[in-house]
Amino acid sequence: MMSRWLGKSIAIVALAAGSLAMLFPLWWMFVISLESPQRAGAAAEGGGSIAIWPEEVHWSNYAEALRQIGTEPWQGFLDALSNSIVITVLVVVGTVLSSSLVGFAFARINFRGRGPLFILMLATMMLPAQVTMIPLFLVFRTMGWIDTILPLVVPAFFGSAFFIFMYRQFISQISESLIEAARIDGYGMFGIWWRIILPMCKPVTAITAIFTFIFVWNDFLGPLIYLHSDDQSTLALALNSFRNQYGGLENVHLLMAVSVVTMIPCVVLFFAAQRAFVEGIGSGAVKG
Amino acid sequence: MANVRLSSISKIYSGDVHAVNDVSLEITDGEFIVLVGPSGCGKSTTLRMIAGLESITSGDIHIDDRKVNTLAAKDRDIAMVFQDYALYPHMNVEKNLSFGLLRRRRYPSRLRSIFSGVYRKNRAAEQQDIQDRIRRSADVLGLKDLLGRHPRELSGGQRQRVALGRAIVRDPSVFLLDEPLSNLDAKLRGEMRTELRRLHRQLGATMVHVTHDQEEAMTLGDRLLVMKDGVVQQCGPPAQLYEHPANRFVASFIGTPEMNFLEGLIEDGLMFKADGKVRIQLPKDRWPSLLVGQQVTLGIRPEHLELASDGDAMFTGEADVVEQLGDRTDVILANDHRRMTARIASGSGLGEGDSASLRADLSQAHLFSTDEGGRRIGTNPR
Repeated sequence: MMSRWLGKSIAIVALAAGSLAMLFPLWWMFVISLESPQRAGAAAEGGGSIAIWPEEVHWSNYAEALRQIGTEPWQGFLDALSNSIVITVLVVVGTVLSSSLVGFAFARINFRGRGPLFILMLATMMLPAQVTMIPLFLVFRTMGWIDTILPLVVPAFFGSAFFIFMYRQFISQISESLIEAARIDGYGMFGIWWRIILPMCKPVTAITAIFTFIFVWNDFLGPLIYLHSDDQSTLALALNSFRNQYGGLENVHLLMAVSVVTMIPCVVLFFAAQRAFVEGIGSGAVKG
Repeated sequence: MANVRLSSISKIYSGDVHAVNDVSLEITDGEFIVLVGPSGCGKSTTLRMIAGLESITSGDIHIDDRKVNTLAAKDRDIAMVFQDYALYPHMNVEKNLSFGLLRRRRYPSRLRSIFSGVYRKNRAAEQQDIQDRIRRSADVLGLKDLLGRHPRELSGGQRQRVALGRAIVRDPSVFLLDEPLSNLDAKLRGEMRTELRRLHRQLGATMVHVTHDQEEAMTLGDRLLVMKDGVVQQCGPPAQLYEHPANRFVASFIGTPEMNFLEGLIEDGLMFKADGKVRIQLPKDRWPSLLVGQQVTLGIRPEHLELASDGDAMFTGEADVVEQLGDRTDVILANDHRRMTARIASGSGLGEGDSASLRADLSQAHLFSTDEGGRRIGTNPR
């Protein structure tokens, strides 16, 4: 009895310490975003002590920071925000639709060369993105897609190997008789995918959507390579130009404020979808 | 409603696996036919070929005199009930019932109903018709209170009824039932069997039912088609299969406990002789074609055996297992050479380990040839 209590207490203490270590940088970012420029600068340079709570709360830092993005006051922020939203939503929708469709085909349609094609698709996962970066850039440049969102969005509509794999595994668990029942009910393969398979794949779709959202929202390299104009910039990109513009550390409070704003959607999404997320990891791995 | 005709249909999978071999069958309008056999005998494949879920290697299938060999499943006007029910888990019962109907609407477009009054009126009438159909089939199956529930919130029996309901709303010409009762517990299975029978009478529909359970087959079917290794063994009404099994396989498959088989030799004076000092005087005239010296298998059902005094006994052994079933008792008697099962009236006082003798009612016995087919040797019609 005693040892069980002890074990539990140790586990709780260890987990609490771990959480604290993970959360502190975020909290500190938040604290600095509210500090006065002097204290923030000092903290960043290591001159000041690490404050757990800001001395004075300057909410105005946020308005100031967002106003300073881009060349036009506010316009830069609004452009970056809308670009980020458009790209992220399109990529999420495209990835979910294409990956589930291809996963369904791999799981349930018998076609010549299915096995080798599946292996080939898995093999693309082993290829580091850096290897294909330059050839891809050349391709997109030839197509005249540079400085548009197309290179970032269009590939998503052609599936993503990892998510196709996840969908395939999940769909393989769905009873064949459901598909046959739908066939007798009069639906073709597209109808079955849209009305039966996709609704049943909710856990996988949740994971796909969240992973894709977080990756695309925070993606820096993609937009950096393909988007050049100010009005095409995404939030992640804007964050960076912000740092260049105010290089040095005197405006670190503004940088932190924009970082917090950029982070909010991911945090909100994660909490909102946490249940589906955790369920999905379990159900995707073990059983349908 | 419709008749179904299978003409020499076969299914050969790659690697020369003959799943179904030259099956012919005429199912009349409104008939309840049961395909029965051990697992892997091709009964489900046959059903799936009728459904259009499996292609036909050779032969023809006609539904209502229309050749349907290459017709898609959805165009054959059939409904199928699956072993695992195949209910759409993300839809409630009502949606499950209406799913097939919605697809078959003639006025599906909401957009067009905005612009055309006639279309709007037709569409409303059609929606009403769908609602009526759902209500009627829910009434028939007692699903009225469950319409809003999801499959996961239903018991096994309720799911089974929804699966049946989904077939009924469609009002198909043929119902195909693929082992629909095998996932239910024994009591529920009995209830659903009665319900299926009642439903068949009520709808007057043509039904093809697949099962491996011979008891289910006997109680449900107007006619049974017994299959083994993709080949039809016998087709006929339950009583015919029980009383006149075409071969040894059918004889052993139909009836529980299984028929007893004794392999032996015909001697002078129609004396059947087998190992273990079994000597049975066969009745005269019952088997006119029998020859002296012929090897045969004698088949006798447990219910045609009774306890006997030593004098007229055909078999003596020790009671190995005694199963009390209430009104009757199943006894397995064993001696050094063989075991025989007898179904006797309860109250004989026979206990396990006791010695007992059996007498057979030979007017109910069957003789089979000892070759591979085990064909039944013809008897004189009486």
